[in-house]
Amino acid sequence: MSTTLPKPTAPPVRRHDATPDAHLFPTRPYDLVKEFCLALAGVLVLTIALAWIFSSPDEKAVTMAGWATAAPNDVVATATGELAGTTTSAGYGAPYNTASDGQALGPLPLQKWAGVTIPVNSAEDLVLTPLSGVGGDAALTAALTAYRAAPPDQQTAWATAYGEALKAAPDGDPAQVAPGDYGPVPVLADKFLALARSGGLEGALTSSGTFYGSDATRSLLLLADGAYLEDQARAQNLGGDQWGMMNETGNYPGQPWMWLYTFWYQVPPFSTSDNADALVWGLMMVLTLGLLLVPFIPGLRSIPRLVPLHRLIWRDWYRRTGQRAAAPPAGGAPPR
Amino acid sequence: MTVTDRTGTEGTGTEGTGTDARSWTARLRGRVTGLVPPGQALPDRQPAYMTSAIYVFGVITLAALVVVVATGVVLSLGGAVWWHVSAAGHVVNSLHLWSTEIFFAAMVVHLWGKFFMAAWRGKRALTWMTGVVAFVGSIGTAFTGYLSQTNFDSQWISTQAKDGLNSVGIGAWMNVLNPAQMLMWHIVLMPLVVGVLVVWHVVLVRRHGVVPPIDAVEPVPAAEEGSR
Repeated sequence: MSTTLPKPTAPPVRRHDATPDAHLFPTRPYDLVKEFCLALAGVLVLTIALAWIFSSPDEKAVTMAGWATAAPNDVVATATGELAGTTTSAGYGAPYNTASDGQALGPLPLQKWAGVTIPVNSAEDLVLTPLSGVGGDAALTAALTAYRAAPPDQQTAWATAYGEALKAAPDGDPAQVAPGDYGPVPVLADKFLALARSGGLEGALTSSGTFYGSDATRSLLLLADGAYLEDQARAQNLGGDQWGMMNETGNYPGQPWMWLYTFWYQVPPFSTSDNADALVWGLMMVLTLGLLLVPFIPGLRSIPRLVPLHRLIWRDWYRRTGQRAAAPPAGGAPPR
Repeated sequence: MTVTDRTGTEGTGTEGTGTDARSWTARLRGRVTGLVPPGQALPDRQPAYMTSAIYVFGVITLAALVVVVATGVVLSLGGAVWWHVSAAGHVVNSLHLWSTEIFFAAMVVHLWGKFFMAAWRGKRALTWMTGVVAFVGSIGTAFTGYLSQTNFDSQWISTQAKDGLNSVGIGAWMNVLNPAQMLMWHIVLMPLVVGVLVVWHVVLVRRHGVVPPIDAVEPVPAAEEGSR
């Protein structure tokens, strides 16, 4: 190996630790540009090979029409739940509404403090407004008029009663619901199912009165309020207790770099807590801060000195210079 | 207006000196050229202690990042849903996916390698910290990419992820259910942040040099020369 002593090109630096200036060490020829080009070529070849062999997943998005066809009873139950205020989005809290305080990080209700920045009224925005856009249906118009004319308590009572009746019906089948005082809710739910089947629901939810519909917040909230989306995800081993969103459909690696974040959701107390999201995020923030500040944390910053991996990395240097690595041999003293 | 003798200021190699001290250009030049010691921006020699294969993972990370960005640029030409309806688009998406996987694999090895080398020694704490933030930023960039796929994965991941972000208030400004916002974050905002951090990180590496071995003592020139 050809090594030479460099000229002391860098100005002397005052140091709080004993690490010498890297520019004062002997050097050897090294072609950085060639190294980068070889790395680029290697990465390119490996990327092309992996793409060629494994391709990439592209499971089609669930459509409202697909949902209505595959699980019509779930669509009816979800629409009824939106009207009754019993769905996840209806009782979510910030940033969609003030129905609850949401989660808190210890004494800090961060979710509530952030406020309602994406206002969503689940009954109105996810069900009634899309239905209001349907024309030429006298039964629907009459049901909407009757529903809107009723006091809020009456609206909730109708929807809640119908929701309970759907749960009691075999397979949640609206056709087998026991008779009861449900007001116009069964008609609204049935028309909502028809709208979903027609393929017009996405547009009604996404456009929100604008020509360019690019915000899927309402569509996704509605979809997530139903059971169908989760059923599909669980069938693909994507459930929250199945290491969830770090995976992706098919046998693909997904986002393995999120393993630690996802890991906490699999173990108590996080797996059993209603406050799991805030707790996991709080924990991950602390751990990330710890990783960031490793150089300043006594004990943590000394781990590399105690773990002999560095002796492997610099074994040539230690051997050639006769300098000992951090962990001294038995009976020997460290060099400093 | 002050007239400066150009003959006396050009070609001296002493940037920022011998010229109008009020010149913004000269001062900026001095700051830029002083970021790394002379000859260290692209040196053709490296410290003799750099013999381990662990050192290649930093450059592999950079190389993979180049492929990630290049394939992302090609994807952007066709638009958000092009890769769903085009065989060529799907191939480019596959290249984008796998280069991202390689990028992260190399970066994680690089990160742990640097951890066990205690690479923050010798005034290199900021180098470590920019690397960590670039790692976290890269996770955010990849995450927004998954949200921008406009397929089942993005539906499921976004509806799951919203709860975590909302629980700590981040969801109030980062709406993972809005694929248009997430796409813009993925192709503009986050790459800009990661790009600046990566450049900063590399400049710091070149500025301070590669960290010497743990417990290495400052070499004695004569002894070192004689030992080789």
